Amino acid sequence: MCPRHPRHLPIFTHPGRSVSELGMFPELNNLLNTSPDRAEQGKLTLLCDSKTDGSFLVHHFLSFYLKANCKVCFVALLQSFSHYNTVGQKLGVNLTTARERGQLVILEGLKSSADIFFHPQEEPHPLRFLRETSAESLQPLYEFVREALKPVDSEDTTWRFPVLLVDDLSVLLSLGLGAVAVLDFAHYCRATVCSELQGNMVALVHDSEDAEDGENELLLNGLSHQSHLILQAEGLATGFCKDVHGQLKILWRKSTGRRDRSLIYQYKIQDKNVSFFAKGMSPAVL
Amino acid sequence: MLESLLAIGGLVLLRDSVEWEGRSLLKALVKKSALSGEQVHVLGCEVSEEEFREGFESDVNSRLIYHDLFRDPLNWSKTGEAHPGGPLGALRAMYRTDSCSITIAVDSLSWLLLHLPCTELCQTLHVLSHGNSYPGVNPPVGEVRVLGLLHEELHGQGPLGALSSLAQTEVTMDGKMGQASVHILYRRPQQRPAYQTQWFSILPDFNLDLQEGPVESQQQPSSHVPLVDPTTHLTFNLHLSKKEREAKDNLTLPFQFSSEKQQALLRPGPGQSSSHIFYEPDVYDDLDQEDPDEDLDI
Repeated sequence: MCPRHPRHLPIFTHPGRSVSELGMFPELNNLLNTSPDRAEQGKLTLLCDSKTDGSFLVHHFLSFYLKANCKVCFVALLQSFSHYNTVGQKLGVNLTTARERGQLVILEGLKSSADIFFHPQEEPHPLRFLRETSAESLQPLYEFVREALKPVDSEDTTWRFPVLLVDDLSVLLSLGLGAVAVLDFAHYCRATVCSELQGNMVALVHDSEDAEDGENELLLNGLSHQSHLILQAEGLATGFCKDVHGQLKILWRKSTGRRDRSLIYQYKIQDKNVSFFAKGMSPAVL
Repeated sequence: MLESLLAIGGLVLLRDSVEWEGRSLLKALVKKSALSGEQVHVLGCEVSEEEFREGFESDVNSRLIYHDLFRDPLNWSKTGEAHPGGPLGALRAMYRTDSCSITIAVDSLSWLLLHLPCTELCQTLHVLSHGNSYPGVNPPVGEVRVLGLLHEELHGQGPLGALSSLAQTEVTMDGKMGQASVHILYRRPQQRPAYQTQWFSILPDFNLDLQEGPVESQQQPSSHVPLVDPTTHLTFNLHLSKKEREAKDNLTLPFQFSSEKQQALLRPGPGQSSSHIFYEPDVYDDLDQEDPDEDLDI
């Protein structure tokens, strides 16, 4: 076994490199005024999408924090591991390698939910609520996250700070949990990951504007109040467009008296990159 | 503005939204209370103690007692640190009989509403803010003031209305064009409710900076659209000359019942021969010589 060097993946900040080496979406980093080596800590970032698919934001943050040499716990409820791996490779990160190195701990919702029904479980399973008739709390899932991210002294590699990434929280509502239970889970994760361990948390919530979904509204608003940064991806009001896939609203929320700041950009998703431009300034239109 | 908010006592309800957050105003009120010599208890459910104390000077922090419900509110860690009575028990424990005026800041009432029955929370708040006594407990000597932060979008009309009716002062956060404002409703005892709107901004040290409203950018005057007369290019004539207008006004409509018409109908005019009706009665006819219309007054 070759010794694992902590700085195995160099962090590229030089311009002129190809996009696949830079990874993530460099334009989005510019908009958020951040980069892997100077990311802020102790923050909750809320991703929400309405009338469009906001999963490109999840892939961005996954590759961003892996590039930033953070230990990432990824609660992946929506897609399979191979899907995230495929997209991750386009963005320059290898999830398999990261998992083997211990940098990435991933809970594959799709696979492990089948395990919980068909294989006997000795230790309590994080998704145990699927078997319970009246699912009350996500405490087992929180314990899983806490175990995955707690600092371990015996590890020879030291990661920068822990990150929890959840894709996505609305799925938990569809699986029968109440919004308050999901909010409690997010609260405990925030208390442990952001406050105690000074790490970051990123969660995706869908915003179904048309449907009369009170529970989802409660979850979205409740999380918005707790977030430091909100990224809202919306489909265009006028419908589908080939050159402009949607609009991204960025809202910085500070609870310390500084004024909130918000930006709106439109974007187009390409194969390995997402390009951002001001409203109405798409290169296809100009 | 802060003095007037703290003057009445009782429950001060701070309603905020995602776009216009209210925690900074809550902290400004807490700072004001602390600096005026009161003891301030904070029931913190949503932010950590470090985050809440951030930005306060040491003299404010020394008067601030933080009851931590953030780290382990539901006792998942099973360490037994939680207050035995839960959050409401912690609130009631702040209600001491021997202390001077105290201010209790609840951050936030939304968290309590989501986890506790609304009725219990309202009862506890009522007891706290009105200074009534619990059975077996003497009423407090000093004044108790409760500052409650409430996130409007998270609750339905019922709980919002219940908390609103309990409040002596209700502050709603709002704003326009990057400038924050508050709409304040004062319910002073035996007086009519008073409304006030104030634009402000909160400085990093949690002092308040009152401001005038945002300067409206000069709106573009709506371009003057010349009025077009639609009847100019018609192929038919819509106008009336003076004589035609007079004739039109003098015309009586066929189904309009005027008094002249009524007289003309009742009295046959001169020269009109009265008409005759020739009738051959049938076998089945009932000839009644009485006039059925006799009682009509025509």
